Amino acid sequence: MANTVGIASGQTGEHGKKGLLYWISSTNHKEIGTLYLGFSVSMFFVGGIMALLIRAELFQPGLQFLRPELFNQFTTLHGLIMVFGAVMPAFVGFANWQLPLMLGAPDMAFPRLNNMSFWLLPPAAILLVGSFFVPGGASAAGWTFYPPLSVQMGPGMDMTIFAVHLLGISSIVGALNIITTIANMRAPGMTMMKMPMFAWTWLVTAYLLLIVMPVLAGAMTMLLFDRHFGTHFFNAVGGGDPVLFQHIFWFFGHPEVYILILPAFGIVSSIIPTFARKPLFGYRSMVFATIAIGGLSIFVWGHHMFTVGFPAAVQLFYMYATMLVAVPTGVKVFNWIATMWKGSMTFEAPMLFSVGFLLVFVLGGVTGVILSVAAVDIQLQDTYYVVAHFHYTMVAGSLFALFAGTYYWLPKWTGYMYEEKLAQWHFWLSMIFFNMTFFVMHFLGLAGMPRRIPDYPLQFANFNMIASIGAFGFGITQLLFVYVVVKCIRGGAKAPAKVWEGATGLEWTVPSPAPHHTFTTPPHFE
Amino acid sequence: MANSSVASYNSAGNIAPYFVPEPSQWPVRVAVSLLFMTAGAATWVNSGQAGPFLLACGLLSLVLVLFGWFGNVIREGQNSLHNAQVDRSFRLGMAWFIFTEVMFFGAMFAALFYMREISVPDLAHGLSAQLWQGYSGGWPASGPGLHSTVQPMSARGVPALNTALLLLSGLTITMAHQAMPRGNFRLLIFGLAATVALGLVFLLMQATEYRHAISELHLTLSQGAYGATFFLLTGFHGVHVAVGVTMVSVILVRSLLGQLTPQHHFALDAISWYWHFVGVVWLLLYIVVYCL
Amino acid sequence: MQSFSSWKGSPSAIILMSMLAPSAATASTGARFWFQPPQTEIAHRISDLHILLLWICAAIVAIVFGLMIFAMVRYRKSLGAVPAQFESNKKVEIIWSIIPILIVLGLAWPATSAVIWMKNTSNADILIKITGYQWKWQYEYPTENISFFSELSTPRAQIDNLQSKGENYLLEVDHPMVVPVGKKVRILVTANDVIHSWWVPAFGVKQDAIPGFIRDAWFRVDSPGIYRGQCVELCGKDHGFMPVVVKALPQDEYAAWVAGYATSRAASSTAAAGDAKNYTIEELKTQGETVYGAKCAACHQPSGSGLPPTFPALAHGKVATGPMAGTIDIVMNGSKKNPAMMAWKTQLNDVELAAVVTYIRNSFGNASGDLAQPKDIAAARH
Repeated sequence: MANTVGIASGQTGEHGKKGLLYWISSTNHKEIGTLYLGFSVSMFFVGGIMALLIRAELFQPGLQFLRPELFNQFTTLHGLIMVFGAVMPAFVGFANWQLPLMLGAPDMAFPRLNNMSFWLLPPAAILLVGSFFVPGGASAAGWTFYPPLSVQMGPGMDMTIFAVHLLGISSIVGALNIITTIANMRAPGMTMMKMPMFAWTWLVTAYLLLIVMPVLAGAMTMLLFDRHFGTHFFNAVGGGDPVLFQHIFWFFGHPEVYILILPAFGIVSSIIPTFARKPLFGYRSMVFATIAIGGLSIFVWGHHMFTVGFPAAVQLFYMYATMLVAVPTGVKVFNWIATMWKGSMTFEAPMLFSVGFLLVFVLGGVTGVILSVAAVDIQLQDTYYVVAHFHYTMVAGSLFALFAGTYYWLPKWTGYMYEEKLAQWHFWLSMIFFNMTFFVMHFLGLAGMPRRIPDYPLQFANFNMIASIGAFGFGITQLLFVYVVVKCIRGGAKAPAKVWEGATGLEWTVPSPAPHHTFTTPPHFE
Repeated sequence: MANSSVASYNSAGNIAPYFVPEPSQWPVRVAVSLLFMTAGAATWVNSGQAGPFLLACGLLSLVLVLFGWFGNVIREGQNSLHNAQVDRSFRLGMAWFIFTEVMFFGAMFAALFYMREISVPDLAHGLSAQLWQGYSGGWPASGPGLHSTVQPMSARGVPALNTALLLLSGLTITMAHQAMPRGNFRLLIFGLAATVALGLVFLLMQATEYRHAISELHLTLSQGAYGATFFLLTGFHGVHVAVGVTMVSVILVRSLLGQLTPQHHFALDAISWYWHFVGVVWLLLYIVVYCL
Repeated sequence: MQSFSSWKGSPSAIILMSMLAPSAATASTGARFWFQPPQTEIAHRISDLHILLLWICAAIVAIVFGLMIFAMVRYRKSLGAVPAQFESNKKVEIIWSIIPILIVLGLAWPATSAVIWMKNTSNADILIKITGYQWKWQYEYPTENISFFSELSTPRAQIDNLQSKGENYLLEVDHPMVVPVGKKVRILVTANDVIHSWWVPAFGVKQDAIPGFIRDAWFRVDSPGIYRGQCVELCGKDHGFMPVVVKALPQDEYAAWVAGYATSRAASSTAAAGDAKNYTIEELKTQGETVYGAKCAACHQPSGSGLPPTFPALAHGKVATGPMAGTIDIVMNGSKKNPAMMAWKTQLNDVELAAVVTYIRNSFGNASGDLAQPKDIAAARH
């Protein structure tokens, strides 16, 4: 795609020394993107340490280190922090850095609101982590905090409720920003059907956020009222129903998992064509598949509730709808393979992680199909099979895509190439340890091990030991990632504007590192 | 559409740049205010003494910050930094924001629907009824364990009057809104002032409704399904009306100060959309909560 | 006991092994990597459905991985591959959209019939009501007038790694649920406090226990035996410590159990009731300490310091040091405000209740000096 010059020269460091005051008041999408990514990495380690504490306790049967209540606090906060503190902010960080560059826009539509979306996150993190230190400790009701258990929880639960409110505002405002940017600020000549797939996946993600985050807010508010103001939304004594909470929560919760994966699809759709040196196969059908996945995801939430006792007709509806979502997802996988087909591939770290993503995400996807069959789900609901399924899709899925995207765009952001060999070590070690940790969990679930227990019957011992070893390996490997990234920020081989031979897109037309202000005058796009 | 975004062109025929604001401290100040508010609220509901104070500090800080931030935006607009493309951004943002508010109310309407059509009938006549001997259900319902009857809030009287008030206020704000591009200043001011007045009366009448509900009908938040849904739906609606009244008052003042022109008055559009949204939610509420 | 040595840890080896799993699993009970051997028709159906799904998924994975790996090997720049430039192929795209739809449609029938089969609870032979508590199960047989609690019986010492763990570690209870083989058992499941979930993997039955609501399910056990499961919805700190154990007996043995139960219950109630003897405070405190350790310490802690706010401290607690009637009331009838504190009057007899009340009021620094006699408890029951 040719493009005529419209790139502003932009000055780096024009605002002088960048002290703390500067960083907290930025209105620049690149800096805000960096803030999001930095926050995300730190939350990733906080949540990761909790995971390692969990796996340490589960290394052997018996209670060794953690009281059961504390164990449940860790499982709860591990989930909340990883979903809301690590993965979502990471994808928003990518959106911030990349969307204006890819669209040829000078910045996001609402730069100050953009900064506000970020700065809502540290207060939320303070509330979440701080909840460990109040009487009763953090909430121990799981990241899904079903009542009545969540009504029994102490002040830590209220802190969690308010933290989630803050996270919700951040996401909603961020989504408004993204939709407006994509709708209103594309370079002249860039029609919707010409914009990068990453933008399409974020567009659908943003709409999903607008639809479901307010509903989560509603659920949390009703829970708060049941806890402290005497209402009976989720209490049969007053005509309410705990299952009502589950409906409202999962109406949010299911689209949430697509919110966590669609941007990953967008990243992978950017990377594979580059390293195959071929255009993305089936752009139109990718767009429709993305919209279909987003649209269908709103109707399937009941598959998280197959054991509550639905009438058969309801059970069947959710089952059919869920099985259907597999179809557009499968189409996307085929499109990526077709992109690779008859290409001319090299396997630098971004491509390694994208291929790794494909392999393991497909495994996660097929276990999803198995879970969608309601009768089979009866045996697997709330067991480690489900834990395996969502870690395959969210870790191997979302996280690997994030790694891929980081390596892919890091030279554009920093101006330096990262160390390829170390990045490849990061990939292989992650793949091996990830599978060691989570593959065996499928068997644990099939054999009957429930979730969220700190101790287990003896037949589950060996696989738990393997999973714990794998988890520690995986955790330590991520230190390598931090090392590679920090090293790259500090220096390395100079990166050209077009870092990758097969790369296409407006972001590769600006220098590396991308200047502070880019596209202050929009380019003409063909 | 053949082309993409609405790029603005300046007089020389070149694409006009999109306004990107200078670094600003308002966003982080909002975040800090909200931290105080949430920490205060969490403390307060757990009977912590510092709670109300923290919450009040945070709220005050938030109001001041919003005043400052919006003031900033208004000044930028007055300095002609908002071209047509920026204006379009504002419109998209406001429209989709209102959509999220609709979804929030949707969750509460869904709760009402579920309790009324699914959980209460199950507790009264379904498989679960054997746990609650002697519960007959029906609507309005308190609950099988509460041993109290609930009288419904009558749709006649204050609620009907309030419906009329809000519908009328929808007319007055539309009047004002239409008057603006035609340059009819008197009508604009009258329309806005009337809307504020109607909104305030609505809130006052809602307060008497609540007093009537609580003291005379003994309907409170803890009166089961009906109490919970009634107060949550009308309560949040009331909060939104209060916010709306505040915004209409602000735009009234700004109009009096001459800050809006027939060509540039996005804020009036936005606030009028918001006000209509508030009215539509009330209509739905009136039908579903009061009438049905 | 475990075949640890076969796991070399490499992903491909693990994937390969999983393909062989169906054949290996049938040989093992106490299964480690497959469904437990099915003991009911529905469990068989689920297992078969799962195998069907697994083969389909295996085929899909094999094709997808195969194509990918082939592409990665064949179309490398280092081998001099020149990239093609095609961006679409209508025929192929239609085919690979239709085939998944057909697969999904094909799966729909067996998937549907299983659901309809599972949901049909009519014409049951036996009705059992199951209530989940924090953290135990209660089984009630309305027609037979049988009711009892079923708690974890694994000694604390095993959990705390002070003793070596028994074979049925965490899967053993004091009073298992008893059912007859070959009869359709319909279970009505509910809960007393928070959501629990009752699950016996060998039966293929899992039903969430929702407080205030009843949901039903059914099963018919094929052969006699003891079948073990666990609570499978997070319900608080001892969620992992409230197993489900079902003993399936041949018809005649089941009938004998029902008859024998009525006799033994009558015996134990006469022993406990009408106990007019006056105990000394020391006797009450001694027995009370045992009861406290078995029933109360899990929440209120051995030191009486509790885990506030859900489990209040008894040491210098308002109710523990207030009027005697208040302590008796909350122990017997539970707490209205906090459902975590259940009513113990159905689970403990008069002597035990009197003993534990006396113990609480005179321990942890509480020094009320008073005591409760079994006849006080008996009076409070009426």
